[in-house]
Amino acid sequence: MSSYEIYIAYSTIVRKEIQRFMRIWVQTLLPPSIIMVLYFIIFGNLIGSRIGQMGGFDYMQFIVPGLIMMSVITNSYGNVVSSFYSTKYQGNIEEMLVSPMPNWVILAGYVTGGVARGLAVGAIVTTLSLFFTHLEIHNLGIITLVVLMTSILFSLGGFINAVFANSFDDISIVPTFILTPLTYLGGVFYSIDLLPDFWAGVSQLNPILYMVNAFRYGILGVSDIPVGYALLVISVFIFALFSYCMHLLNTGKGIRK
Amino acid sequence: MTYALEINQLHKAYDNGFEALKGISLKVAQGDFFALLGPNGAGKSTTLGVVSSLVNKTSGSVKVFGHDLDIEVSQAKCMMGVVPQEFNFNMFEKVEDVIVQQAGYYGIARDEAVRRAEQLLTQLGLWDKRFEASRTLSGGMKRRLMIARALVHQPKLLILDEPTAGVDIELRRSMWEFLTRINEQGTTIILTTHYLEEAESLCRNIAIIDQGEIIKHSPMRELLKTINTETIVLDLHQPLLHAPEVEGYYLLLVNDTHIEVTLNQGQDINTVFVALSAAGIKVTSMRNKTNRLEELFVNLVTSNKTDLKGVSA
Repeated sequence: MSSYEIYIAYSTIVRKEIQRFMRIWVQTLLPPSIIMVLYFIIFGNLIGSRIGQMGGFDYMQFIVPGLIMMSVITNSYGNVVSSFYSTKYQGNIEEMLVSPMPNWVILAGYVTGGVARGLAVGAIVTTLSLFFTHLEIHNLGIITLVVLMTSILFSLGGFINAVFANSFDDISIVPTFILTPLTYLGGVFYSIDLLPDFWAGVSQLNPILYMVNAFRYGILGVSDIPVGYALLVISVFIFALFSYCMHLLNTGKGIRK
Repeated sequence: MTYALEINQLHKAYDNGFEALKGISLKVAQGDFFALLGPNGAGKSTTLGVVSSLVNKTSGSVKVFGHDLDIEVSQAKCMMGVVPQEFNFNMFEKVEDVIVQQAGYYGIARDEAVRRAEQLLTQLGLWDKRFEASRTLSGGMKRRLMIARALVHQPKLLILDEPTAGVDIELRRSMWEFLTRINEQGTTIILTTHYLEEAESLCRNIAIIDQGEIIKHSPMRELLKTINTETIVLDLHQPLLHAPEVEGYYLLLVNDTHIEVTLNQGQDINTVFVALSAAGIKVTSMRNKTNRLEELFVNLVTSNKTDLKGVSA
């Protein structure tokens, strides 16, 4: 295929993916918005007013970056895992497998779809947060970079989950038992400086900690982790997951007989 | 000579040890209308699955119009369109979108894809349904949608895995006409089917696969010539008590108004008609007891099973 044909194939998947989550916006865009508003009200306003300051900021200001990242993470992951698994389940994955489209284009198309939903929900949640607190942008470049890298990373994660899933139950196990606990323990609601040294060290094994802190740095200018180091860790994870996804596609694991 | 499809020593063993294909080799000439027949589980769909890249082969090679599927993947895939046995499009997509998206996967720009979709959906009688969700189509319409989808990138080889399964006879015949037309326009067609009448009337060449092996591969006409006997059923105008006797022919009275005539190679039904007419027996209609290819198919598969039992014993 020529570069132009590859571009058309890629944009066909991206268009399909964006149309999919826009068509079912009541299931894809509305619920995370409602959940985040509840977080803002309960944790930010009601409980946060009693907590006082965290890391030198109002508690509401402190948790908003983490909550935005949480919605980006869950929605990027959720978009790819549900869409790619449905494609497998209905058999229309065969439409792509019989075509001359290279495997990396299939992966790039689905990841872009996941990133698009992650960014859409991130933008909605950010806008909603402005009704509860004042946000200042410390470094727009870092914000953009971290959101993009995080949504790419979790879109890749969702893709791997979908490849291995054999039922609709399998696509909810990882988000429920791995993703949500890692997000809660990833410094969304607290600074790891509050933890004893041992647990602060354990927390550093959690990749979400790096994303939340790098993003918080972009907005508030404070982070528990050096931002350069956080970006490096996210890059390593992206590279590892991308390589694994390509291995799965090239060997046909879970998608070819 | 470049074949539309050339399969050499194709093996497929699954993880559980089951050997679905035991080194099959097959050649399909350009422009052919080819039937791949076999009982359920014989390896037909596995063969087509390997050719269409949906099943990983264990060993062997596949070439499509001279392009090796392992080396020139993109060129080989561009040459073929696949109509699978099961409905495998997104049931929530609109009919037109199913076609346009498939064109996109082949790198066809949207404007051109929409133009081709209109052309194909019109030809296959689905244009009125273009804005409807594909899940709302009837079974026959879904089959036609899959044919339209497989043709949108204008392949030179069309592979159809039981395309008329569950389709009513009227629609089946209109699909036969459509397939015959595109074959006459130069598209090579490979077909698997359980309707042997379909294979006999459409296909020029045939391969029969059983238990992962090709047990027959020849032109349809030559294969049919090997049939030694044919049974014709005659419907009688008036009831009879005994089967009439015709010298050299075997006639069996099935019931009082039906006679079965067994014709050996070289015998003709005319002699029987003349004899019956002379005896004052009026025949109102006649038909083949079974399809000729069906008889042959059953004989071949049965004898293959017997041979294998002999080997394993």
